[in-house]
Formats: sequence, C-alpha cells, structure tokens
Amino acid sequence: MSTPYQTREMTPPKPNPGDEPYFTAAAEGKLLLKRCTDCGRVHFYPRALCPFCFSDRLEWTAATGRGEIYSYSVTRGGVPVPYAIAYVTLDEGVRMMTNLVDCDLDDLRIGQRVRVVFKAASDGTMVPCFTPD
Amino acid sequence: MSIKRKACIVGAYEHPTRKAPDKSVAQLHAECAKGALADAGLSKEDIDGYFCAGDAPGLGAFSMVEYMGLKVRHVDTTETGGSSYLIHVAHAAQAIAMGKCNVALITLAGRPRSEGSSGTQVRNWGANLPDGPFELPYAPVTINQYAMAAMRHMYEYGTTSEQLAWIKVAASHHAQYNPQAMLRDVVTVEQVISSPLISDPLHRLDCCVVSDGGGAVIVARPEIAKSLKRPLINVLGAGESPKHTEGGHIDLTYTGAVWSGKAAFEEAGVTPGDIQYASIYDSFTITVLLQLEDLGFCPKGEGGKFVAEGNLISGVGKLPFNTDGGGLCNNHPANRGGMTKIIEAVRQLRGEAHPKVQVPNCQLALAQGTGGSIASRHGSATLILERG
Ligand SMILES: [Zn+2]
Repeated sequence: MSTPYQTREMTPPKPNPGDEPYFTAAAEGKLLLKRCTDCGRVHFYPRALCPFCFSDRLEWTAATGRGEIYSYSVTRGGVPVPYAIAYVTLDEGVRMMTNLVDCDLDDLRIGQRVRVVFKAASDGTMVPCFTPD
Repeated sequence: MSIKRKACIVGAYEHPTRKAPDKSVAQLHAECAKGALADAGLSKEDIDGYFCAGDAPGLGAFSMVEYMGLKVRHVDTTETGGSSYLIHVAHAAQAIAMGKCNVALITLAGRPRSEGSSGTQVRNWGANLPDGPFELPYAPVTINQYAMAAMRHMYEYGTTSEQLAWIKVAASHHAQYNPQAMLRDVVTVEQVISSPLISDPLHRLDCCVVSDGGGAVIVARPEIAKSLKRPLINVLGAGESPKHTEGGHIDLTYTGAVWSGKAAFEEAGVTPGDIQYASIYDSFTITVLLQLEDLGFCPKGEGGKFVAEGNLISGVGKLPFNTDGGGLCNNHPANRGGMTKIIEAVRQLRGEAHPKVQVPNCQLALAQGTGGSIASRHGSATLILERG
C-alpha cells in the first residue's frame, strides 16, 4: 500500500490573546514552547500560567524541532484527502498534536524520528507539522 | 457523605425514534420526560428537580423547565459531554440526600442524524478554546482521536484489530433481539475487519451509529420509590473524573475510568468481580476495551484477550455488556452515550431486558460513560446500581 501525502486545506488556528508569538515564530520557521522560570518545566499547549506550579513567570523558548511519533492515525474515509494526525513527543519532553507530512503515510511507525516543518493554513498562517527525519 | 442507597432510579425511558427530522430537540426532551414519568407511575407535578446537559437547547435547564411547564426547586446543568447523565444520577442522589429535591428528572435528546453529523467531522466545542489554535488545524475529528488511542494500545500491548472486532460482534449478537436497533444483523470478526478503514486502525464497523432520539431517567427518594409499583433500583456508588493532556504529557493507553471506577467501587463496597452486567460506553470498539481494563474487569493490556474470549456476550461470557446493542448497533442519541447506558442497566436489574439477553437474577450492574475526546480531554463517569 502507498498513500502519498497530499496538501490539505487546514483550518486557520485563530490564536487567542497571548498565542501570537507562537505563530509569529512559526512564520519564521521556528517552533516555540513555553517554559516556567519558577519550576523550570516546559508545557504544551502554551498558557499564561504554568499548569504545573501556577506561576505566571513564563518565557518562550525555542524547541529543537525534533522528536518521535507517540501515536498517529491516517484518516482515509469521509474526508477530502487522506491525512495523518499524530502526537509527537518532542526532545524537550512534551507531547503535541500535529500532522505528519511530506512522506508516504503508509510507511509511518510509532517511535519514528521526526523533525518540524511548517505548512500554511487556509488563511496563510503557518502551522508546525512533522516529517520523518 | 455517601450516596449509597440514598436514592433510587424509579423511571427510565428510551425514545423509540432513530430519525426525527420533523421533531424539535425540545420536543424530544419532553417526550422522553413523559415516557419516563409513565414508566415510573409519576406525574409531572411530582418532579421538583431537573437535570440536563449541553444537548438541551437555549438556556439549558431554564429553557426546558419552561417548555415542559415544570415547577422545580433544584436544577443542575453539569456538562461533561456524553458522561453527563451518569454524573446527573449521582448529583441527583446527592441533592436528594441533602433535601434539595425529592424527585429528579434527567433528560437527553438530539438530532445528529437529521443534522448530518458524522465522526469524520471536527466536533464544535464553541469559541475561545485555549487548545483550539494548537489542535484544530490538524483536523482532530472524532474517529482519529480514538484511532490514535487504539494505535498506541496495539503498540504497547499487542492488541489486534481482530480482538477489537469482537466487541462489535458481541454488540451485534445483542442487537439482533432489539427491534428498535439501527443495526440488527449479527456480524463476524471477518466482516468487521474487512469493512472499510476509516482512520487506521479503526474500520467502519468499529464505529457507533449516528442516531436521533433521546432518553430520560427519574431518580427519587427511597421512601417515594417504595411507594411505586416498579422494582427498586438503588444507587450504590458513583465516581466522576476528568482526564486531560497533562500539560503535554498525555498517555493514550488509559481513560479517566481508572479514577471514576475506583471511586464508584469504593463507595458501593463491591468489586469488579461482583458485577453481573455492565453498560460500557461504546463510541468505538477501542473505547470499550480501554474502559474494561481501567475499571478492573481485566488487567491493563489484556482487554484484547478478554473480549476475544467472548466475555461480553450475554449467556456466553463473564461480563455481558450493552445488551440493547449499545451505541455500536442500537442507538447513540445526540452523539452522547451515557443515558442509554443507564437505561439498559435499569432494564437488566428489573429483569426487563429481552429474554434472550437478560442476565439471570441480575442484582448488581455498572454503567460507564465517557464524554469529550479520549485523545485529549474527556470526562469519565461510573455508576453502580443494585436491585433493592
Ligand atoms: Zn511552573
């Protein structure tokens, strides 16, 4: 079986107040994470208050953009084009939802190493996706 | 304070419709309420507490109380998706124990089938979602969320598509006796795994139905319950628990049932081995497998083996489940499974399930629901009921 990646119309992310730096960085090809300067932990999705210690002293930090597939699924039925949704565990330790792109979707495996690439949503906003490394 | 034996389920009604394009959602709620009152042998004037969730239109409880012409002194609109109604039973028992009401009505209704809903759409959870910008672009539709949980379970425990298929097979064995079930044909493992792959590894037949309709239950003070002609069904224990992405550390191999189940068993003072019948929420086959493990009916990772031994089939296995055919074959009104789970558990305890699927002398039953999405944020609710 072979299911080549196809470009898919992505829903625009509609950032909430405070989310802008994440998407500004994405437009420049960078993946940012929120890190707490009190407890030192990185979390995802980014918040204004640390979900571990509730501190509001948080900073944006650049991720390496590398990680591995925690789980995924290729959605084939009832959708315009097949696509792979996934959770990727970043090397920074946090797991994020994403799409796996620019590959044969039938060759994907849990545990596979991936790196970040950016794809445009339908309004042009750049969104982090991942591809086999 | 415990709710153990502080309240009873005295009325239960499942709307017979599976497609209702000509009925309003409010009408369906009211018809379900009327059916449950008739089942209990109570009248509208007896209701002094009303419970509903996000499927109720308009201002929720206020709109529905107005539509039905109720005069109540207690309302509760706890919204935890499809698990809401099990939580409502527990909250109604609490309210009764606290003296806030005597007879509580809980309704659910919706028309997703008439409105063209499908499991390959992104669910609409409203505006201002904090997670939305970081998830919605990736098209997290209902089925691929559960599919990711299935994929990880297969990876960690070696669970197979054939094992998952046994859950649909068991549901179909039960649905053949339910004239109102949407899918009444008995299916085989082979038929399930050869049905089209919708989102790897889940096939079309791993999915529940999409149906219009609804249901209602009535919870009452034990003294009132004893004055009615129906068998006494005691609320023994309950648990409710949210589970979420843990700040970027989600674990897809278990559900909130690990916590809600433990709380319910502790309150009821019984163990999984005591349960004679279980209603287990079944949006997809994997949903059932995870909850069976999390509730302690088998060890973590052994759900596949447990279901493939036929344990879920009434008259065959150790734990007859969803004897109405469940969401997988019978009914999934408003895309929410909790209400029908309670109703079939009540039928079993009353001895009113179809004779072909009735558990002999059923004294102790469990109903389990989840709401939301298992691969991000969801609520789990467990209810343990006893024949009084
Ligand atoms: Zn912190």
